[in-house]
Amino acid sequence: MDTPASYFHWGFILISLPNLVVIGGMIVLFAIALVAPFPHAEESEDGSHK
Amino acid sequence: MAATSSAEGAAAAPRPKSWTLRVRQAMDRNLPMDHLLPDRQPYYVGSWVYVFGVVTIAALVWVVVSGILLSFFGPQWWHDSRVGRFFNGLHFWSVQMFFIFMVLHLWGQYFMAGWRNGRALTWMIGVVIFAVSILTAFTGYLSQQNFDAQFIAINAKDAMNSAGIGAFFNVLNFGQMYGLHVMLLPIGVTILVVLHIVMVRVRGVVKPIDPEGSARS
Repeated sequence: MDTPASYFHWGFILISLPNLVVIGGMIVLFAIALVAPFPHAEESEDGSHK
Repeated sequence: MAATSSAEGAAAAPRPKSWTLRVRQAMDRNLPMDHLLPDRQPYYVGSWVYVFGVVTIAALVWVVVSGILLSFFGPQWWHDSRVGRFFNGLHFWSVQMFFIFMVLHLWGQYFMAGWRNGRALTWMIGVVIFAVSILTAFTGYLSQQNFDAQFIAINAKDAMNSAGIGAFFNVLNFGQMYGLHVMLLPIGVTILVVLHIVMVRVRGVVKPIDPEGSARS
C-alpha cells in the first residue's frame, strides 16, 4: 500500500494506473448512462413524465 | 385596448417604498414555486445522464455531514479511533464520488451544450463550483495532519511562490489551510451549488440538441 503506483507510459502520455482505471471507469459509466433504459420513462400524452 | 391600458397602468404603478415588498414581488416574478418544485419533467429527462448532477449533490451532502463530525471531534479522533477513521474514510470517499460525478455531469452538459437558451450563467457558475471545489479539496489534503499533508505542503509551496501568491496563501500554515477548508470554501461551494440548482429550476432542463419528435418540443 505504501509502494509507488505503476505508471502507464505511451509517448508523451504518462499516467498512474490507478488514475487510468478511474478515468476508464468514468468513460464506461458515461457510456452506460447513455444507452441504459431509464425506469418509468414512459411519457404521458402531454409529452412529460412524473 | 384593455391590455394596453392594463400595461400602462402597471407601468404607472408607483414603486413600493418597502424594500421587503419589492424583494417579495421580485421573487414572485422570478422564482415561481411550480418551477422550483415541479412534479412533472419533460419527456427527455428520462435518461441516466440527468442523474449525474443529483448524485453529485448527494455526495456533497455526505461530504458536509462527515466534515462537520471531523471538525467537531478533531485530528486525534479521526486518526486514532475506529469510528473516527471510519468518518475520515467516509469524508475522503464521498469527495471522490463528488468529483467523479461532477465531471460526469460536466461531460453530459458539455455534449448537450447545456449553456443554450439563456443558461450561460448557469454553466459559468458550474465552472466556478468546479474551480472552488478543487481548491477546497487541495486545502483538505493539507489539513489531514499526517506526513502526506506535510509532503504536499512542502512541495506545493514552491508552486504557490512561483505564482506570486505564497505570501497570502501559505500552504505551510496549517491554521490558514484548515480555516479555509472547514469554513470559507465549503460555504462558498454550498452557496454556489444552491444558486446553480435554483437557476436550473427557473430555466428548466435544457432540451436535447436533436430531440426525438422535435416538432412537439
